[in-house]
Amino acid sequence: MERALKFNIFRYNAMDPRSVPQMQTFYLDETDSMTLFIALNRIREEQDPSLQFDFCCRAGICGSCAMLINGRPDLACHTKTKDLPAEITLMPLPVFKLIGDLSVDTGTWFRAMNETVQSWIHTDRTFDPKATEERMSNEEAEAIYELERCIECGCCVAACGKANMRPDFMGAVAFNRIARFITDPRDKRTMKEYFDVVGTEEGIFGCLGLLGCEDICPKHLPLQDQLGMLRRKMGWTAVRHLFDGLLGKTA
Amino acid sequence: METITTDLLCIGAGLAGERVAVEAAARGFETICLSIVPPRRSHSSAAQGGMQASLGNCIKGEGDNPDVHFADTVKGSDWGCDQEVARLFAETAPIAVREMAHWGVPWNRVVPGKSTYFKAGKEFEKIELPEKEGLITARDFGGTAKWRTCYTSDGTGHTLLFTMDNEVVRLGVTVHDRVEAVRLIHDGETCMGAVARCLRTGALRVYLAKATLIATGGYGRLYRETTNAVINDGSGTILALDTGIVPLGNMEAVQFHPTGIVPTNILVTEGCRGDGGTLKDVNGERFMDKYEPAKQELASRDVVSRWMMHHIRQGLGVKSAYGDHLWLDIRHLGEHHIKTKLREVEEICNSFLGVDPITQMIPVRPAQHYSMGGVRTNKDGAAYGLKGLFAAGEAACWDMHGLNRLGGNSLAETIVAGKIVGEKIADFLEGYEVHFKSACIREAVKHHQEREDRLIRGKDGRENVFVLRTVMQDVLMDKVGIFRNGEDLQKAVDGLQIIYERTAKIGLRSSGVGANPELALALRFPGMARLALCVAAGALARTESRGCHAREDYPERNDRDWLKRTLATWKEGDSLPTLTYEPNSKVWELPPGDRGYGVCKIISSEDPVVCGIEKPLPDSIE
Repeated sequence: MERALKFNIFRYNAMDPRSVPQMQTFYLDETDSMTLFIALNRIREEQDPSLQFDFCCRAGICGSCAMLINGRPDLACHTKTKDLPAEITLMPLPVFKLIGDLSVDTGTWFRAMNETVQSWIHTDRTFDPKATEERMSNEEAEAIYELERCIECGCCVAACGKANMRPDFMGAVAFNRIARFITDPRDKRTMKEYFDVVGTEEGIFGCLGLLGCEDICPKHLPLQDQLGMLRRKMGWTAVRHLFDGLLGKTA
Repeated sequence: METITTDLLCIGAGLAGERVAVEAAARGFETICLSIVPPRRSHSSAAQGGMQASLGNCIKGEGDNPDVHFADTVKGSDWGCDQEVARLFAETAPIAVREMAHWGVPWNRVVPGKSTYFKAGKEFEKIELPEKEGLITARDFGGTAKWRTCYTSDGTGHTLLFTMDNEVVRLGVTVHDRVEAVRLIHDGETCMGAVARCLRTGALRVYLAKATLIATGGYGRLYRETTNAVINDGSGTILALDTGIVPLGNMEAVQFHPTGIVPTNILVTEGCRGDGGTLKDVNGERFMDKYEPAKQELASRDVVSRWMMHHIRQGLGVKSAYGDHLWLDIRHLGEHHIKTKLREVEEICNSFLGVDPITQMIPVRPAQHYSMGGVRTNKDGAAYGLKGLFAAGEAACWDMHGLNRLGGNSLAETIVAGKIVGEKIADFLEGYEVHFKSACIREAVKHHQEREDRLIRGKDGRENVFVLRTVMQDVLMDKVGIFRNGEDLQKAVDGLQIIYERTAKIGLRSSGVGANPELALALRFPGMARLALCVAAGALARTESRGCHAREDYPERNDRDWLKRTLATWKEGDSLPTLTYEPNSKVWELPPGDRGYGVCKIISSEDPVVCGIEKPLPDSIE
């Protein structure tokens, strides 16, 4: 049952002038219930303490450890070696800026994304500490939570053909976030305001419909549905906008 | 060297740190958060079950109010908390939870009409009131008189943290992620910011601030078996201890959560038991109903964890390659409930165990979970001893948890303390000026730079930091765990002192160039060893059993001698912390008594103030 695992791991330390991008091979004996979290930490502790990678919660919740595992973006912490062949190739996520080895800068990317889509409730209400909360149906709350489950791991961006070609493409994570706010009755933005954010070539109209995002999302978010919904809504908004413009001209 | 100046420096950008930042930024103060990970990856995101606030909207929470929440919290703490703080907390929690709703948290809501629920394995019926439809609902949690834990499925920490970071983005608060504060800049009286290390490049930076907040979470990673994220190694707590001035409170107060999964110690939420899940032994039989007839599976965490270990010691655990464990059974809750209210649990069991909790039982065993101890502050969040230094959340010993925290009170504390401490910091900053003394800045940078240089040159020795860490984790796990005794604790202190001596001889095996993980750990580890010694020495000295601190050689809760908080400081050059004590509460709104669960052997206090016979002196109310 015990296999000798061969790991091919991308190595590059940008801060070290002697470092050149290359693949490095490590060997480990597989143990029971081994995950890539266990394997990578053993490699670091036993073989090469300079190896850079990111883990945090190691429970599939925080989204830190996304990487290319035999070419496929996924969370390393919940990937069991027994589900992989004996030769495992690990590469950093594409699209995001490399920090070193398997570590990439998702923080900067996602902060910018959250600023772009204005990822917050837009409301003219002010909070009244003495008042009872605004009511909401439980179904609405659950529908929002369904989309709120995104952990910003970056897998959908790394798996996106368009994002790999075009660095300013917003990606499924941004579209899902917009869909989350459209679903939320507390957000008072109009369709036109959402349109101004995503109704562009970098936005929903740039999506090629390849759906790598839907295939690989480690949290199984219904991304395809959100892309479809958003494309429809934004398409109508564009048509209406055009129509209003024509009416304005003829009037 | 790059030097950045700001009004408020928040070290840590989890829920507590960001809530403070939001408050200060909303009041117009320039705020910078440092975080060793992107803020949304902070360990707050892993909190699953919920946040306690006495809204009393759901029918099983009817009649709830801050008084009941206060009483539950004090009992949960085993009368180890500061009752003024617990009161302040319970009063503010409902406002804080509603404010999070205003900012966008999709709290689960009351659905009117008839529904069924499980308690202690049996099915019951409840009818939710139509007039409460759409208000924030709650689930049951351990040690509470009412259903009080507000939730979004079992991703409550996640939705809270994303919502809070949305506010941070909206307000334009600067976050420097992958930056680790390595030394506070102070002159023995006033804190002026921190020296920090960029974890992208390894470069040092100076942050000068009028106010500095430590909100770096707990120190669970001092233990071998912990539910905590790998980043929870007490790095902010170390900063405070290393001042030699600021004390750490009750470091021996370490909570074990009953349901870490075996073997990975990943948490499955208390919501499993709150929603009616049961604990079972090797024979498939329940046992908590026999040990705790009143609260059963929903006694407080310290009590349930002890009974589980007791049951395993009776030979009734399930044998496995990873040691004996017990079962958590949620099968009877049904597929719909698990797939809507316990989604993370389902995912964790399937992904990490290959167990389907809808049809199979979950292997569980208590694992280290929460650090009640931390940077000692007053009720405003101001650290003892240094002006301009504050702490909040798990990193702080504020101290509303005493010797045991209730489930659902940690998320609540992050938001509530963040709100209160944020307001106090903003008040403090109004009109406050500080002199940034160049000598103090230079000294702090030099101190750190020299450590780095010595480690990289490897002149001190060849001790392997990964090996030392493993040995330390084993010592705490095996000798300062759920059950403690004087002999083992003495061995722990002795063993940890040897490890601490060896930290002076750590040498890197790699180059240490750039964002080198070995260097980062080598820099942090001597501080971790000092924290471990604070935990062990505090536990050895506390000759009683209270909350999670269970001494087999001192089984009584000793209210006569131990209604006090341990304060640990570390003088430079010492190999042990200096322990002093203070009364754990000034006011005794709820005099010490029986918790209503757990074994209750009490040596009573004779202090008339504690017993509620006399009122405290007016100046002590202040």
